[in-house]
Amino acid sequence: MRLHEYQAKEVFADAGIPTPPSALATTVDEVVEQAAEVGYPVAVKAQVHVGGRGKAGGILLAENEDEAREAAESILGMDLKGYTVDKVLVEGAVDFVNELYVGVTMDRGEGKPVAMVSTEGGVDIEEVAEETPEAIAREHIDPAFGMHPYQARKVVYDAGVPKEFARDVASVLTTLYDLWEDSDASDTEINPLMITSDDEVVAADAVMNIDEDALFRHPDLAEMEDEAAGDELEAKANEYGFDYVRLDGNVGIIGNGAGLVMTTLDLVDYYGGEPANFLDIGGGAKAERVANALDMVFSDENVDAVVFNIFGGITRGDEVAKGINEALGRFDEIPKPVVVRLAGTNAAEGREILNDELVTVEETLEGAVQRTVEYAEEEE
Amino acid sequence: MSILVDEDTRVVVQGITGGEGKFHTEQMIEYGTNVVAGTSPGKGGQSVAGVPVYDTVEEAVEAEDADASVVFVPPAFAADAIFEALDTSLDLVVAITEGIPTQDMAKVNKRLSEVDTRLQGPNCPGIITPGEAKLGILPGNIFSDGKVGLVSRSGTLTYQVVDSLTQRGIGQTTAIGIGGDPIIGTDFIDALELFENDEETEAVVMCGEIGGEDEEEAAAYIAENMDTPVAGFIAGRTAPPGKRMGHAGAIVSGSGTGTAQSKIDALNDAGVPVGDTPEEVADNIEDIL
Repeated sequence: MRLHEYQAKEVFADAGIPTPPSALATTVDEVVEQAAEVGYPVAVKAQVHVGGRGKAGGILLAENEDEAREAAESILGMDLKGYTVDKVLVEGAVDFVNELYVGVTMDRGEGKPVAMVSTEGGVDIEEVAEETPEAIAREHIDPAFGMHPYQARKVVYDAGVPKEFARDVASVLTTLYDLWEDSDASDTEINPLMITSDDEVVAADAVMNIDEDALFRHPDLAEMEDEAAGDELEAKANEYGFDYVRLDGNVGIIGNGAGLVMTTLDLVDYYGGEPANFLDIGGGAKAERVANALDMVFSDENVDAVVFNIFGGITRGDEVAKGINEALGRFDEIPKPVVVRLAGTNAAEGREILNDELVTVEETLEGAVQRTVEYAEEEE
Repeated sequence: MSILVDEDTRVVVQGITGGEGKFHTEQMIEYGTNVVAGTSPGKGGQSVAGVPVYDTVEEAVEAEDADASVVFVPPAFAADAIFEALDTSLDLVVAITEGIPTQDMAKVNKRLSEVDTRLQGPNCPGIITPGEAKLGILPGNIFSDGKVGLVSRSGTLTYQVVDSLTQRGIGQTTAIGIGGDPIIGTDFIDALELFENDEETEAVVMCGEIGGEDEEEAAAYIAENMDTPVAGFIAGRTAPPGKRMGHAGAIVSGSGTGTAQSKIDALNDAGVPVGDTPEEVADNIEDIL
């Protein structure tokens, strides 16, 4: 789960990390009002879950009221890579001499957290990571002990942070690690951490992502999730308890098990179609869940045809087929062609049971995908 | 022959009194698995499916001389259950539980470096040696006894590939699901090494997916250390960066690491044919045999 910049900044500021003065605004008038309060110059920053906001026009600087109004009009309501901007952060612009990067994340290869510092902070940190990885100093942390103070100092020295700021940067990094651990974060990150012309250290951005699987331990953070919700269908999937990702194509995909659903997406692509979504209904395939999944995919207007790929394991194919029939019975009409492929335990019995007046039944995965891609092309 | 489990493996089920634990204990016994004990704190002295229940894993291991456990404990308590198992003399702990917080697993991972016990999973379907034993939730009836080893990060994808093999009359030595989480115990290289050293295994299927660099590392291992031929499959070719595809580990990071293409290239460079479809994987195995 991703926090918005303004949410993460609140968490960071509460933990003692210096941040610029700022306020949230949802209307143009509010932006102007808050800018006067914060003091010019200000940055007006779109609050959406999109990387590279600055380059996409989602962050604008304003020196005065006219510019603030102009910036607010341009950003509020804009479409930023598929997300509509409905709130902005109005933040005091920082007069900086240096931009650092500091962050904590899980190094899955090592199975350990890693603290990172670089003097090449700013918009292009991902390029730095790709092209000159040695410009980012890294220190692995033993999760049983947490970050020792010497490790924070070491990684800051290793990165070549000027000596006079080393103590302050190490202190920010230590706080970031503690927040990472205490909040079950997957990442805590500041890019850029600015060194101002007054020799102060200030967090000009804030990233905090929380491990979804640990949200049950953090009801306060879980509460922020609604504010962070993006796509309407993805929010609905959340409600139903599905793993769902919306994509750009027109072939709807439902299946059980992440690897098999991914494989179904890949096959749609392989046979010349374009996947509209990833939807994993999990184990069991009970009528209720099948109906909810169909409802979701049908309500995606981009979808022209649907492939339903179930591998019956412990749940037998005949039970799955009954569930699908019952689910189909809940719709007045089947608005889009549905191809069902059942495999595994009692699959043949299951295929017999499926109502082939409502759906097309295919025996193989490859056959089902090809048939669905054909239907999608016809409907298009 | 097989790896890790066979008909003599004495199994403890952790979380045996829960719905999943009870159901799959019955399934495992029906398959022929030698389930000797279960655990559930506070429920010692009861029995489930004819299996005696103990309060602690240590008691169960001592009383029943067990050598492997299967964990069906809910995610909030699963890391604790794994720690408990790692502090006994068990050889193998198979964690089925999905949704264990990653930081819990980082701590488990640290502990694993200090003990001899092997962890498989979490978030995995388990392990099966066809005709002998299964530990986990795999549907036994699609497997058949034979000469192909199988290692996979995904459950139903494994079943898909196994089904294709079995229908062509190609049986399996052992199939092991290593799990779809970012931090797991037994990884591809561990499993490949076990298959390489198993005399019965004549070919191995390796099913990977996007995220992390385990497949790339496994490819390097295959090139340097394996005589047994391997056929591969990689799921997630169409997954966009930054979107998590169901599994906590299945995500292509913003900087482009963990893509399907980099994994496919690495495997091809190691001489491993990678099928475009699950059927092609079975074709490749047929060619090898």
